[in-house]
Amino acid sequence: MHLTGLAPLVGLVAETEGTPGGDPVAGRMPILPLYGELIFGLIAFGILYFVIAKKVVPNLEKAYAARAAAIEGGMAQAEEAQAAAEAAKAQYEAQLKEARTEATQIREDARVQGSAIVAEMRGQAQAEATRITEAAHRQIEAERSQAATQLRGEVGRLSTDLASKIVGESLHDQARQTGIVDRFLAELESGNLTAQKVDS
Amino acid sequence: MSLHLLGTSLVAPMASGEGEGFHAPTPEEFYWPIFGSGDWTFTRPMAVFGLSVILISWALIALTKKAAIVPGKGQWLVEQAYDFVRNGLARDIIGSKEFLRFVPLLFSLFVVILVNNLFGIIPPIQYPTMSRIAFPIALTLVVYVVYHIAGMRKKGVGHYLTGMIPKGLPKPIYVLMIPLEYAQFFLIRPLTLALRLFGNMFAGHMLLLLFVMGGEYMLLHGGIGLKITSIGSFAMALIFTAFEALIQFLQAYIFTLLAATYISDAISEEH
Repeated sequence: MHLTGLAPLVGLVAETEGTPGGDPVAGRMPILPLYGELIFGLIAFGILYFVIAKKVVPNLEKAYAARAAAIEGGMAQAEEAQAAAEAAKAQYEAQLKEARTEATQIREDARVQGSAIVAEMRGQAQAEATRITEAAHRQIEAERSQAATQLRGEVGRLSTDLASKIVGESLHDQARQTGIVDRFLAELESGNLTAQKVDS
Repeated sequence: MSLHLLGTSLVAPMASGEGEGFHAPTPEEFYWPIFGSGDWTFTRPMAVFGLSVILISWALIALTKKAAIVPGKGQWLVEQAYDFVRNGLARDIIGSKEFLRFVPLLFSLFVVILVNNLFGIIPPIQYPTMSRIAFPIALTLVVYVVYHIAGMRKKGVGHYLTGMIPKGLPKPIYVLMIPLEYAQFFLIRPLTLALRLFGNMFAGHMLLLLFVMGGEYMLLHGGIGLKITSIGSFAMALIFTAFEALIQFLQAYIFTLLAATYISDAISEEH
């Protein structure tokens, strides 16, 4: 190895010194190929190309395709989940809206019901009041008529007593007695009381 | 392979004899036969290129065998490179309809050039295979044949050849245009494609050789002043090694990019 490694150098030295020797291709211009290297390069590259085209690229493309499929699958799944979530949200919102309208309805109902109750109560109270007033009126009327009747008797007796004392004769037994008192009272009520001679 | 090129340079001044003075590196440094003679010599770059093909094949198969949906570290790394070529180059340049059948070729080109270029600075090898023009020519030949055949198969030979010339120009222009366009498609493109890669690798390696050999010579044979100066030379070698790494990646990228562009030009309808 050592010696072969030195070969070109020895050749170079020999050439620069003008003594021909060493490998004839060693001094070839660097832009002219060594045909052995050219053919070797072609074959070796052909082998590499074959390996890459038949093995490596298919493997990588397979991984790419699988990855793309996995990502697409994941995306579909995510889309599904999102759709489900959206549906749930819509349902939620619908329910919420329903509940809200229901609440409004209930409130409205309560208000209507309340005012109805108030009106009813008021009506009842009114009726009661009317009834009580009526009863009171009736009672007063009854008491008044009772008092009037009673008074009429009293007044009649008092006036006859008084008149008996004045006239000196008992009018009690008079058959007309009732008629006189009645007339008196009627005049009293009508207000045109006039002095009248009591017939004997 | 106990000896690599930079190792050679260490021995070189001594082997060429004391007192002979400094020998700057020459293109012959790149010729490195192992056995055989003439054009059929088995050379070190052949061994390196063969090794790279074996290494790449083995690594790529091993790392992509599982083709897992959730990639491991190795598969992820391969996928980054593959993505870069497949989507960043092939799909963007050739177009999403036809790019897939060219992806294996472009990916092979990219990895083989990248690995062989990086061999230029990886210690046990330290030899950029592409600095031997035969290898860029081999790769360019493949690209050349592929883009012409793809174009001819898609459009037919006649239409492919006439399609290279832009239409609707004033007649006299064609006197200039026809030779230029054909030269472009059949000569200039392959030549520049091969030479660009070769030249970059060749020059870069030459530069490294110069700094290392110069530094060594100054360190071993110079006076105290030169010995100190050799530090600068070695430092430059280090800086340029980092710079080379960038160039090596860039050249692999450019070669693949241009290959994709030529294929795209050949099969696209307009032009």
